[in-house]
Amino acid sequence: MQQLPSYLQAFEHSQKQAQAHNQEAWLRGVREDAFARFCRLGFPTVHEEDWRFTNVAPIAQSTFQLPERGFNGVADHDVAPYRLAGLAAQLVYVNGRYAPGLSRLPLGHNGLKVASLAEAILKEREKVEPHFARYADYRQEAFTALNTAFFEDGAFVFIPRGMVLQEPIYLLYLNVSSETPLMAHPRNLIVAEEDSQATVLEDYVSLRPGVSFSSVVTEMVAGEHTVLHHYRIEREDTQVFHVSTLRTQQGRSASVSSHSVLLGGALVRNNVHPVLAGEGGECLINGLFIGNGRQHMDNYMKVEHASARCDSRQFYNGILDGKSRGVFHGRIIVHKDAQKTDAKQTNRNLLLSDEAQMDTKPQLEIHADDVKCTHGATIGQIDEEAFFYLRSRGLNEASARGLLLFAFASECLERMKPGSIRSYLERIITQALPQAMHPEAVR
Amino acid sequence: MLEIKNLHVKVENHEILKGVNLKVNAGEVHSIMGPNGSGKSTLAQVLARRETFQVTQGEVLFNGKDLLAMKPEEAACEGLFMAFQYPVEISGISNAYFLRAALNAIRKYRGEEEMDAMDFLPFYKEKMKLLDVDERFMTRSVNEGSSGGEKKRNEILQMALLEPKFAILDETDSGLDIDALKIVANGVNAMRRSDRAIIVVTHYQRLLNYIVPDFVHVLVDGRIAKSGGKELALALEEKGYAWVEAEGHTAAVAV
Repeated sequence: MQQLPSYLQAFEHSQKQAQAHNQEAWLRGVREDAFARFCRLGFPTVHEEDWRFTNVAPIAQSTFQLPERGFNGVADHDVAPYRLAGLAAQLVYVNGRYAPGLSRLPLGHNGLKVASLAEAILKEREKVEPHFARYADYRQEAFTALNTAFFEDGAFVFIPRGMVLQEPIYLLYLNVSSETPLMAHPRNLIVAEEDSQATVLEDYVSLRPGVSFSSVVTEMVAGEHTVLHHYRIEREDTQVFHVSTLRTQQGRSASVSSHSVLLGGALVRNNVHPVLAGEGGECLINGLFIGNGRQHMDNYMKVEHASARCDSRQFYNGILDGKSRGVFHGRIIVHKDAQKTDAKQTNRNLLLSDEAQMDTKPQLEIHADDVKCTHGATIGQIDEEAFFYLRSRGLNEASARGLLLFAFASECLERMKPGSIRSYLERIITQALPQAMHPEAVR
Repeated sequence: MLEIKNLHVKVENHEILKGVNLKVNAGEVHSIMGPNGSGKSTLAQVLARRETFQVTQGEVLFNGKDLLAMKPEEAACEGLFMAFQYPVEISGISNAYFLRAALNAIRKYRGEEEMDAMDFLPFYKEKMKLLDVDERFMTRSVNEGSSGGEKKRNEILQMALLEPKFAILDETDSGLDIDALKIVANGVNAMRRSDRAIIVVTHYQRLLNYIVPDFVHVLVDGRIAKSGGKELALALEEKGYAWVEAEGHTAAVAV
């Protein structure tokens, strides 16, 4: 039984509070529309093609509360492991709520904005309103509707025209569970103006074990001739339900890469949906998921070629152990006018146990006639030949297996631009592998 | 150093080795020749402890220890090395990282201090020079995108670096042109020492012009049908394996 009434109660409560906080009328309208949509759509079921492999009943049948206002209990030393040198900015959120005391705002970049979205909605409506909720489709997607109705905060990133921002922007979302299961709905808007370049990392972390539900929506607008690198790490506790959507709108000749690394969560759904709306754009969608226990990790890609001469590349690698289950659903939609499209999709998976399961499904919908689309998927075990080869040189079974898993995972790392974020991810991935090897001197 | 007694080996209920006896002393180079399917590679892989083969009878002593009770990594750490007939490609692991990990696993087993990257690099470079391998090779993934010849050269490079007590070269000459064959042979000859033994498994005699063996054995249908000195290889080249096969057949009938 879906717990929709509890959402109604929560929605009425939050709208009442928002009224007290001077919510703008336009946003109020969007939220009400989104909530009505959510009520009509309900949570998706496995009878829907896009949710065939993922049953969200555990989310639909539970009741989650919005976090109470007040002190979040997170101190600076809790955040210490997540500080990185050489960042342009780091925004920290606790259960979806902005924590200004823990955040580091950008200094000395003219025109760059990295701020709380709630604040930007009030202060910079002219920058936010033209984009907010224009791309992620809350009319069709239940979780996007839910996020749009309930989001409290998130990040607003604005890269002005011509700016080349080399230092990454780090958005850290801390999940601090409480006795009653909480929900959070982080909402991000990233706008890169013409000819700009930037790197954004979203990192979802649990500070304590416990059940909770996060629905995340990030809209990313890549203007003409921009270069954007987006990274997402999901490493929350294995009792967390996490549904996220990255919706990218790419302009002419924009180059966007999306890198997802899923390590945590009980049930994770990772939607990546770029629309190549301008001619000559390219996108790289790169991912790695490592599941164990009873984790369920669903990667749903929807790559829309809406304009001519665009290239898309999808590469997802999965490692599944225990009774974990992985899904890769790769849709490529080539619109009628998107001639000279070049789209490629590869999904490679390693199953480390007999009980792990992987479903992989390519789905090509091609409405143009001059296109190149290829897809390929493999599901296998650790290569016995390679395993014996390493052991015959003196490495024990654990080291040999660890080295092969690291090698498989590093295919994903190698598609990232070398730099501090890639090194950071390399450390995180290495620790997450079933047999951790020291990555020092690997390259 | 190595003593094989009455070794019988099965693969999927098919008997491949049917009672092999062989003794190899320190300082010796033996060549095992034989037609395709005679069991040469099976013998090499059983010695390297590949677990897909089932030993049904016999024993193998390696420096007095029971080799057949060892895992592949234990045999390696005890000083056994096999150069693979088909070296495996492993993308995502560099040659330098792989070899240092292997070297340190062996050193650790022997209670020696592990080698850090600073000490390892000059050592590695010296061996690369010996086998005429470009230094860029270090950062490349193990055997990935390499030609057959490069892979075989990498096997000998690994052997030179790991300095085993006992080495088995499994058809290292296959797929090598004459220049690569000479480089590989030089690398192997540089390793000949009074305290090291080498078995060269090959189908053809040419490699033995460059790595001159002390003993040659001919394996036919899972048994050593004939043994002799280096001149046996030349006789085989001239008369072909059918000669030994026929002889072996007569011998078997006579028994």
